[in-house]
Amino acid sequence: MATVRLSFSPAPVHVRTARLVGVAVARRAGVREDLLDEVRLAIGEACTRAVALHRQYGLPDPVLVEMSDGAAYAVRVVDRAPIEASIGLTALPPDELANESLTDEALTTGVGFALLAGFVEDLQVRPVDEGIGTEVRMVWPVGR
Amino acid sequence: MELSLATHTVGEHTVLSVGGEVDVYTAPRLRERLLELIDGGAHRIVVDLGRVDFLDSTGLGVLVGALKRLRSIGGTFALVCDKEPLLKIFRITALDQVFPLHATVDAAVDADPTGAGA
Repeated sequence: MATVRLSFSPAPVHVRTARLVGVAVARRAGVREDLLDEVRLAIGEACTRAVALHRQYGLPDPVLVEMSDGAAYAVRVVDRAPIEASIGLTALPPDELANESLTDEALTTGVGFALLAGFVEDLQVRPVDEGIGTEVRMVWPVGR
Repeated sequence: MELSLATHTVGEHTVLSVGGEVDVYTAPRLRERLLELIDGGAHRIVVDLGRVDFLDSTGLGVLVGALKRLRSIGGTFALVCDKEPLLKIFRITALDQVFPLHATVDAAVDADPTGAGA
């Protein structure tokens, strides 16, 4: 099993780098070509969420992305925001999406979670084992 | 690929052609451009996503923001998109039920009941 770790300052400009690395490692791990767009989008959404949480809480700590290939391709995106920030991760129904009272942040969060849940069959959002923070864990099959 | 933005008019409609990647880093530029257009008097806007190769939740949020802003002032907003990967994003988020989505700019302009086409 090979592991690639990337940690980056919580700035939007680095999310693209995380996407590119995540897809490159996925391709090398043997994830099917037709799944790579979904891998790219899901890693981007998980990192965008982590960056937003770090900025919301003024946390300078880096966001960690860990990619492992083995029997499957597993990606962990770890933030260091308080756990309660993760509560409320729910997809929004269509009639609420364009609701005037919905804030831009709530909309983006809801849409981001809908994308994660929609594109990743094997998705877990859980507290990190040690310290403060949440881990978004995504797994894709490899074709070997 | 970096974000690209280009504007032209078709009849009474302003068409904003977007290319490249619309993500958490580039979406603020798309938001600024849409606000400039709306504040400058463009109230019938069609956003052509034909050359977009990546679109995330932040970009979708910007598009919903423009839709709401135009709706509040009696304007119209439509999207042009015929790429299956992008259409899947709209379906999964249920935003296909929020935005008028068309395969071509002409179809988007013709479908707008409030404005004459080209």
